[in-house]
Amino acid sequence: MIRISIPQSADLGEVIEIKAMLQHPMESGYRRDEMGRTIPRDIVAHFSCRFESQVVFKTDWGPGVAANPLLTFFARVNRAGTFYFEWRDLQGETFKTERTIEINR
Amino acid sequence: MKSPINRRQLLKQSAAAVSVLCLPVKAWASRQDRLQKAIESRFGPAIRAQDRVALKIPALTENGYSVPVEIRVDSPMTSEDYVQAIGLFAEENPISEIAWMELTPESGRALVKTRIRLAGSQHVVAAAKMNDGRVFEARVFAIVTLAACVI
Repeated sequence: MIRISIPQSADLGEVIEIKAMLQHPMESGYRRDEMGRTIPRDIVAHFSCRFESQVVFKTDWGPGVAANPLLTFFARVNRAGTFYFEWRDLQGETFKTERTIEINR
Repeated sequence: MKSPINRRQLLKQSAAAVSVLCLPVKAWASRQDRLQKAIESRFGPAIRAQDRVALKIPALTENGYSVPVEIRVDSPMTSEDYVQAIGLFAEENPISEIAWMELTPESGRALVKTRIRLAGSQHVVAAAKMNDGRVFEARVFAIVTLAACVI
């Protein structure tokens, strides 16, 4: 499950706050189950936010990021368009969503 | 008459006592080393001035599984002067690097917030690289009463 908090519209040139959360265990690979077996590492290692074709913000994560990673960052809005959000885990599975933003008249 | 403490034994014991006393210092030094290496693998050997970066983290956290952090870098975020990257590190975690974030002038504001895991009370370091290559950092000691089970 993905949750994005982003305004639907902004003034031209406005810097907006974006919150992005992905529901994910971020299993560190250091924990053991009740049988003493290591629980394999399962983490989302990459996140990126693009506006149209341009990368605005991206990050690499290790097991030090908490479960259900929540990220707050900012972006300047110079025109109407679409923000693309993408997470990728160590197995290569991706989680994607997008949000369009309008310019206030 | 047999002396209660023989000289050889005393020497051995005192040497052992000294080395035991040194152990925590050695462990601390190696952790410092590991942290330094992790930071340098991202930022190179650049001098990191303790300036322009503000790292906000609760001074005391009950739960090391999810610790809120806020990193703010003093930068106008224009195409001439902006923050290129921010690295977040913890000296006691099994992997020192927690996150590596890349920003652009389109970020508009050099402020990020996230939630991290901390394996016990420790120093947390946030370092930022500017587009002109200068590196700044902030170092905060965070006390964690219940460590994340990461070791």
